[in-house]
Amino acid sequence: MQLTLEFGGGLELLCDSVKMHNVNVDLENGLEQLTMKDLLAWARTNLIKERPEMFMKGDTVRPGVLVLVNDCDWELSGQLDTTLQEKDVVVFISTLHGG
Amino acid sequence: MEEGNKIPKSASSRLCCRCNERKPALKRPKTLEQICRKCFYEVFEEEIHQVIVGNQLFKAGERVAIGASGGKDSTVLAYVMSELNRRHNYGLDLFLLSVDEGITGYRDDSLETVKRNEVQYGLPLKIVSYKELYGWTMDEIVKVIGLKNNCTFCGVFRRQALDRGAAYLKVDKLVTGHNADDIAETVLLNILRGDVARLSRCTSITTGEDGPIPRCKPFKYTYEKEIVMYAYFKKLDYFSTECIYSPNAYRGFAREFIKDLERIRPRAIVDIIKSGENFRISTSTKMPEQGTCERCGYISSQKWCKACVLLEGLNRGLPKLGIGRSRGLENGNGNRKDMEQNGDVRSIESKQCGSLDF
Repeated sequence: MQLTLEFGGGLELLCDSVKMHNVNVDLENGLEQLTMKDLLAWARTNLIKERPEMFMKGDTVRPGVLVLVNDCDWELSGQLDTTLQEKDVVVFISTLHGG
Repeated sequence: MEEGNKIPKSASSRLCCRCNERKPALKRPKTLEQICRKCFYEVFEEEIHQVIVGNQLFKAGERVAIGASGGKDSTVLAYVMSELNRRHNYGLDLFLLSVDEGITGYRDDSLETVKRNEVQYGLPLKIVSYKELYGWTMDEIVKVIGLKNNCTFCGVFRRQALDRGAAYLKVDKLVTGHNADDIAETVLLNILRGDVARLSRCTSITTGEDGPIPRCKPFKYTYEKEIVMYAYFKKLDYFSTECIYSPNAYRGFAREFIKDLERIRPRAIVDIIKSGENFRISTSTKMPEQGTCERCGYISSQKWCKACVLLEGLNRGLPKLGIGRSRGLENGNGNRKDMEQNGDVRSIESKQCGSLDF
């Protein structure tokens, strides 16, 4: 599945300072749909080059990291259970820095 | 209401709870409402306007400096203040005031953002630097004192630097972008450190009315998440990297805790602030009295203000001066809170801010 991932608020530093990533995520065997939970695990393995604890805590994002799917708060679509479609845009913004 | 076991594929099955027309873009942590972008802008701005008016933060004709670091809070603050000033005719003369602590790779970048803000929002900018004011940059200070207690120096110097900058601009008030999350963290920090004096003051929306320049915090009830969402949707230009010295700061623990709390019960943040506002200090507790610094005339509860003590330490090659409990210094200056002086010397002591060694 083709997706666009964007990292902001300082998170880009964890992925070699690249903000935008156009990626192709393969669905695991037997799975029909890709959920945010799957995507997070995939991103941690494939995109996050250092300090994964800054991005994720357990199965979900670190508290203080906002997630938007197609410019909508993922709290509205079920957080980790949000299902993703082809060409979706997922944005991760960290709020954990000075203001 | 949507019932059933299936999670809707998109949020389009619900509509914004305010206008009932558009698709919701976010869920407000303060109210758990699902709201669309346009309504979000409106409630966000309106609530801040109500905080300003309800707490009588400003008077028409006042000159007001906005403490601007180039970060998310101060950029949104500059944007919203100029917008509300215009829309509701507050009649304020607004300025941007920035502090250059001399932290390479952090502050020099964020100052570029403030310079852009100056142009974008049309607000005159003044930058004050530690080098000018004190003769030391933070990088130089850290070389001398090491990686602990940096925030003590930086915070103390910054407060004075803001006052000096404000005096130079001849402003009547200073506004800062401290948000609800920051204030809740501060309440917790003060409880954790037994800092009763600060606990009684830290939730005031306006502070320092008896000092050189009063300061207020219009974002006191605004959630950090909402500030970031607002900035994102409005595409506001801000700088977002952590200060390179901050991983050692004690505040990090309080922040982590608050963020975990917010996940479980988002209202906890405003509730902590409310608890903080309603603390009453027992009359039998001894509180520090306010006076002025003998050396520079700044407000102080000791003979010398903290900044003077710290500077003296730096200049005399005594980097620990003013850090932790100290004895045998002129006039018994040290990091005193409202605790009784008993000849007790402990290695881990209540520190004003900065790191705690474990």
